[in-house]
Amino acid sequence: MDIRLDAISHSYGETEVLRDISLEVGSGQIVCLVGPSGCGKSTLLRFLGGLERPEAGRVLQLGSPPEGCLNPLTYVFQDFALLPWRSVHGNISLVLEDHGIRGARADQIIGDVLARTKLSDFAGALPKQLSGGMKQRVAIARALAVKPAVMLMDEPLSALDSQTRELLMDDLIALWDRQPFTAVYVTHNLAEAVRLGHKIVVLSRRPGRIREIVEIEKPLTAREYADPDLEKVQKHLWNLMREEARAADEELLNV
Amino acid sequence: MSDTSLSHHQPLEVRFRGGGFAPRRHRWIGAAAFVILIAFLEWATQSGVITPLTLPKPSDVLATLVELWQSGMFVKHIVPSLTRLAVGASLGAIVGVGVGVLIGLFSLVRAGLVPLVAAIFPIPKIALLPLFVIWFGIDEGSKYALIAFGTFTPTVVATYGAVDNVDRSLIRMGQSFGLSWFSIVRKIVLPGAMPGVLSGLRISLAIAIILLVAAEMLGAQYGIGAYILEAGSLYDLERLFAGVVILSLLGVLTSTAIGMIERRVLAWRS
Repeated sequence: MDIRLDAISHSYGETEVLRDISLEVGSGQIVCLVGPSGCGKSTLLRFLGGLERPEAGRVLQLGSPPEGCLNPLTYVFQDFALLPWRSVHGNISLVLEDHGIRGARADQIIGDVLARTKLSDFAGALPKQLSGGMKQRVAIARALAVKPAVMLMDEPLSALDSQTRELLMDDLIALWDRQPFTAVYVTHNLAEAVRLGHKIVVLSRRPGRIREIVEIEKPLTAREYADPDLEKVQKHLWNLMREEARAADEELLNV
Repeated sequence: MSDTSLSHHQPLEVRFRGGGFAPRRHRWIGAAAFVILIAFLEWATQSGVITPLTLPKPSDVLATLVELWQSGMFVKHIVPSLTRLAVGASLGAIVGVGVGVLIGLFSLVRAGLVPLVAAIFPIPKIALLPLFVIWFGIDEGSKYALIAFGTFTPTVVATYGAVDNVDRSLIRMGQSFGLSWFSIVRKIVLPGAMPGVLSGLRISLAIAIILLVAAEMLGAQYGIGAYILEAGSLYDLERLFAGVVILSLLGVLTSTAIGMIERRVLAWRS
């Protein structure tokens, strides 16, 4: 299933946040959205999953989601959004219960996604017992459990320290390598974007418009920490963004 | 000049200035405070520093309590009191939690009921007791109603506050996974509001005990309130204080009970 953004524009009151965004996300691709703060990249992601409605333009699903898909557009949030009163197992079963999946069938799915995220030993743990990295792995496992057609990842690694972030990037690449998934990945971290993105969409500062789309040919598994090829791309991205990031930083907030 | 060269040679230890402002658990201090106060009162009343007209001897109060227990009157007073407390408080708390959740969930209900609750909250419910007697009868009905009414308002306020405080990002998460409205309320909103609801119940139950005594002071033959009222009108300080001690214990017991429920239900909190 592909997804297409068709001339999306949006403003909050007087403030125009997005202007005429058109973009296509092909299946099996990870598309990274980068841009200076306040450029509307997270807003765009909320449009993609139907959590918010754009003022103009449409979000279109092309083709039908794969078989067994329970929730085609599934988010992974920056703050994990785990229910603190439910165990790891319970947090994943939460999203299955509404589809009538319980008991042995649920256990089988949960066992599978926990194994894929290397969490099998922690099924009974409560979120408060887990580190930030583990919490985000639980959230990723929960997203995988509903067999999404597109994963919508909103700065999923931003709340983690840099070492954990590296480890989780490796985990995400391994997951993608085993079973390629489609994802739209919002981040302000260019290193993440060049490690994980097949396609990197650079947005301008508010009102956000597409400035450039950078494609990286190198396969995900061949990309490494401090890869010189990637550093070159990252430098290019930073040159695109530097001035705007400064301007965005010095802007007065009138929200 | 010589000063600075001296400080070069003699290292100064950095003065510790952190610490404090972190409550710690001291197990026996609370009990010790009671013991010291009571021991002091016992000494003061025995020695005549405090006249018997001002305060009874703690030992006499204890003797009164023992006598009350042995005569079987204790059970006769406490059973109706506890029944009134249980019926009235659970009625008020259940309806209060229900209305509070509705206010938290529906803007229309909120717009209609929040001003009403704010108007009812500050009314001293005791002032309405004569009215309740007409509405619900002189018997148990008016007492149940008074206690229920008194627990209702603080429970409502605590509950809708708790629902408002449920992490919105968890609700967005539920929506993003396509959970039904009912599932979101049952599995995300209600458990998330639990801590606030329980701490509201603490206050509501204390108010319920106060109103219990007030209700029993008007037309009850048995009950802790009736017992205290009778002792007061005879100026029998020992019995008055015995009744007060029972009420205090009741307060401590309900508070402990809620503490136990909190530890069980809210074990997920860090």
